[in-house]
Amino acid sequence: MWNLFFSLVLSASYGSTLRYKSVERIKAVGKHSLIGASGEFSDFQEILRYLDELTLSDHMWDDGNSLGPKEVHSYLTRVMYNRRNKFDPLWNSLVLGGVKKGPKGEEKYLGMVNMIGTHFEENHIATGFGNHLAIPILRAEWCEDMTFEEAVKLVEKCLLVLLYRDRSSINKFQIAKITTEGATIYPPYSLKTHWGFAAFENPSKGAVGSW
Amino acid sequence: MFRNQYDTDVTTWSPAGRLFQVEYAMEAVKQGSACVGLRSRTHAVLAAANKAASELSSHQRKVFRVADHAGVALAGLTADGRVLSRFLRSECINHAFVYDAPLPVSRLALRLADKAQVCTQRSWKRPYGVGLLVAGLDESGAHLYYNCPSGNYFEYQAFAIGSRSQAAKTFLERKFKGYDDYTPDQLIRDALSAIKETLQGEKLTSSNCTLAIVGRKDDGTVEPFEMIDAKRVQEIIDSMEAAEETPVAAAEPSSTQEEDKGTDAAPMDI
Repeated sequence: MWNLFFSLVLSASYGSTLRYKSVERIKAVGKHSLIGASGEFSDFQEILRYLDELTLSDHMWDDGNSLGPKEVHSYLTRVMYNRRNKFDPLWNSLVLGGVKKGPKGEEKYLGMVNMIGTHFEENHIATGFGNHLAIPILRAEWCEDMTFEEAVKLVEKCLLVLLYRDRSSINKFQIAKITTEGATIYPPYSLKTHWGFAAFENPSKGAVGSW
Repeated sequence: MFRNQYDTDVTTWSPAGRLFQVEYAMEAVKQGSACVGLRSRTHAVLAAANKAASELSSHQRKVFRVADHAGVALAGLTADGRVLSRFLRSECINHAFVYDAPLPVSRLALRLADKAQVCTQRSWKRPYGVGLLVAGLDESGAHLYYNCPSGNYFEYQAFAIGSRSQAAKTFLERKFKGYDDYTPDQLIRDALSAIKETLQGEKLTSSNCTLAIVGRKDDGTVEPFEMIDAKRVQEIIDSMEAAEETPVAAAEPSSTQEEDKGTDAAPMDI
């Protein structure tokens, strides 16, 4: 039984200011997929509208066929790449994942596409600083048959590193999971952090003297 | 149908609510040589009776592969059919480019039907004079659609179009209820038998029929749409004829039995 996992920080920025602190950046797409985005939030909202149209007309067919994660990813890749070629990009990095029952059994899919149309499929995907801080951890510690709890632990490990090291993150996260039964987006929560280091005590200690 | 004052162009209704030009276009389909389509839950088969303009020429091509997962057999104005096949191929390729997945057959049939409908509602156009049997495979199984010059389309378990297709339809009506569970081989045999009905006495050989199949095996692998080659078609025809002769031979123990190379049914022991 395949699970696919998404996790992100619940924030949206205004330039470099972290302005909105309860923004959900993961959404379910159709019956089989989840999409997560970083970058320009308004462009993500536009992408969600495109996906709404797509999934609605697919649903209205009611013919036993449904859009799987591979199809949605391919569609988004075409949209992103086309916009880039018109010098009018949708300024996002999108992560697309899902599980769909195929004729050969359950097929899981995880891929990403970014604002210039670069797209690929992989067992672990990250955007922004996640590429630098989280991917090395995932490459070392991910394996094919993890349980749900093991996966959450691994993902939390990555989130914690990002929380400590990425200046534009906050301690408010959300996890989403998708299986053949459907998508579950869990409520936001925080991780325990430790700031009790000696160097943080009395921070103005070394501040004597001129600039 | 007789000539009347409402049949000059397609944009004129008759008082009885008919569009005669569209109906005349459907007559053109009935003039074409026969095509037959049948499907099970997992496979769809198309067969066509080949017709050559003369002994000197090659046979008119009637079965076209539209995509790996779909193909058509047509009856009527084959030039129109060729153009529509090109359209269907284009639709499938465009869908595959955007979605990296095969275009579901019902949606393909709809696009074709919408295209045909346009020609029934423009004063500067004429309806396409070709009927198409669209066979294909998608997530929900194997499908067979018949697209008509009127822009109508229906899904079928089995169907026949073209000249003398009624004989084939009568044959199919007797047997179609079991088709869902048929094996591909059984479908092929019934398709050939149906085509044989339309030949009205002429001998069925691999040179006067074309056969194509698409489907999904039990393990999930897709068998893409392809024409079955003439040699194999002839083998199947031969084995069908041998199977027909076998019960006769069993009744007369002293009669000689011809040895057929393609026979898989062994003669009964007496």
